[in-house]
Amino acid sequence: MSQSVITPLGTVPAKREITTQPRLSDRVFRGIVTSGALSSLVILGLIFFFLTYQGFSVLRSQGIHFITSSNWQVVQDSAGNVDPKATHFGIAAMLIGTMLCALIAVIVAVPISVLAALFLNFYAPAFLKKIMVAVVDLMAAFPSILFGLWGFFILMPSAEYWAKLLHKYFGFIPFFKMEVPVFTRSPFVAGLVLAIMVIPIVTSVSREIFSQTPLDRIQAAYALGATRWSMIRAVVLPYGRSGIVGGAMLGLGRAMGETVAVYTVLNIVYQVNWHVLLGAGGNVASMILLKFGEAGPQEIKALMAAGLVLFLLTLVVNSIADFIVIRSGGKGR
Amino acid sequence: MTTTSEIRPQKPWQASLSQRSISALVLVGAVALSYLIVAVTPMKGKLAYVALFFVIFTLFDFLFHFATRGLSAAKDAVARAIVVLGISAAVLPIISILGTVFVRGYKGLHIGLFTHDMKLNSVSDPISQGGLLHALIGTAILVLVALIISVPLGILTAVYMTEVRGRFMKPIKFLVQAMSGVPSIVAGLFILSAIVYPITKSYSGFVGSLALSILMIPTIARTSEEVLLLIPNDLREAGTALGGTQWRTVAMVVVPAARSGLVTAMILGVARIAGETAPIVLLTGGGDSVNGNPFKGPMGSLPFYIWKSYSVGTPESITRAWAGIMVLLGIILVLFISARFLSDRRSGQ
Repeated sequence: MSQSVITPLGTVPAKREITTQPRLSDRVFRGIVTSGALSSLVILGLIFFFLTYQGFSVLRSQGIHFITSSNWQVVQDSAGNVDPKATHFGIAAMLIGTMLCALIAVIVAVPISVLAALFLNFYAPAFLKKIMVAVVDLMAAFPSILFGLWGFFILMPSAEYWAKLLHKYFGFIPFFKMEVPVFTRSPFVAGLVLAIMVIPIVTSVSREIFSQTPLDRIQAAYALGATRWSMIRAVVLPYGRSGIVGGAMLGLGRAMGETVAVYTVLNIVYQVNWHVLLGAGGNVASMILLKFGEAGPQEIKALMAAGLVLFLLTLVVNSIADFIVIRSGGKGR
Repeated sequence: MTTTSEIRPQKPWQASLSQRSISALVLVGAVALSYLIVAVTPMKGKLAYVALFFVIFTLFDFLFHFATRGLSAAKDAVARAIVVLGISAAVLPIISILGTVFVRGYKGLHIGLFTHDMKLNSVSDPISQGGLLHALIGTAILVLVALIISVPLGILTAVYMTEVRGRFMKPIKFLVQAMSGVPSIVAGLFILSAIVYPITKSYSGFVGSLALSILMIPTIARTSEEVLLLIPNDLREAGTALGGTQWRTVAMVVVPAARSGLVTAMILGVARIAGETAPIVLLTGGGDSVNGNPFKGPMGSLPFYIWKSYSVGTPESITRAWAGIMVLLGIILVLFISARFLSDRRSGQ
């Protein structure tokens, strides 16, 4: 049965204008979405602007000494005014301490994370993989104060013992030397806590990269008679190398910016300390939190300047990490 | 009639019973030997047990595989042992953390915990007095305000990355990544320098939420982007083919299809910031009584409660801190599991 199309006589629809120009609603929509998306640019720009604005006077009066000296003292005259000549702000010890803690964290965390990622991708049975991935992701969502308290009450006693062992058997290495035997609240302990915090991040980046290893190469390696380990060494690790480096950098950036966890386990001392086992270290973020409570107006400005330095430092590290991860073909986190 | 014979999959590469029993024997032998060595020699402690066990087990395993299948198989066995060691080292802290929180936080629980605030008590009072109602309400308000600010911005960013795909796509991807690396203390300092000192001149929950939003936007943006990328292109094409403008296609087809995924993104964002401590300490002022107004007066919150109790350092206050952490972790666990559940259901459809 056929149906005839009934066209009302005399009402030929007007020709529609065909155009690639989006309609008004779409232009408004795109405008709104684009401006929303640019919020990240605006926020980052504002952070930079306001921290510079607040910290500028300190940065100008201290100059390069702000990051090269370790002298932090606010001198007040008898009337309670800050004496600008004698007042010094320098965060060299804090900067070095930050890098030291973050480096220890990365050195400890990267091998563990890479091995864990290898296990998850190539060794674990499916059900175990699902559980473990969820557990590791959950760990990334733990609040930092939890790591801080756990590090202080649970990890520190063990870490103190490990530090003593390191000192006893590897004391000849300059980093492990110490004159005063104070093993608690050292950069080593802080580094271990940070390591545990960055393990989930580095693991998930490495896992992502490893899972993108071309399957045909993996199968080719097996077909040539490779064992699992020789397959990993010949195919997976070369493929994922730059991704691992990127993940490590990402972990480094995260470890540098961590505040509360480090604050609870690190003894902050205004002196450059290279002996990682000694209970005296520095950390920019924790120093800001420590000083903030009793800081006067001038000191607050110095803290803003310190925040600016930390912001730029993490920004640079993260950008490099991001660049490496993207270039290595991974999607990143 | 045809007889059907069931063909069972053969797995000739699987270990036979005798091989398995030898592996078990190696395991037991390694445990016994490491126990013996710790008992006899001056090496003591848990670390000694673990280290010795690992070394001995790996050695036995290596020798066994070397004898039966040669060098490369033996290397493979060693690699497997090391990889398992790696995952154990990654997972062990989590188990320890969860166990510690439960064991220590359990002591701080009492009936009034969720119905009292600390208005009339100090953190060093006996555990049965006071509670963390103010902290719970404070955290809920902080998170809610932060959600109201960051969900639109985060989802707009994701929509830009997946639907509009304009010329700022690459820089914005980069900026969102950079923003996710902003240390929480810097976010706090920024709000302090940009809003608290010049404008409000007082601490409040709202400025705390602003700092939390900075930390939350990247999480929401990236998760939403991943979710929107999973929406099949057919849906978008169908929307356009029905004559929809891009705006209508996105608002009525793409976003509703991704609804549960977007909720997951929000939940993950909340889990990210619920325990943030540094900006909270800088900005909210941390009151001890219930305060429902985010714009006025100091606002307590769970992280601040934990922070304050920990800093005081008496046995009661530290127990309170652990109880606070247990509540906080419970909230994060619930959020995380519901996010998993939602995303599992989505991928199941």
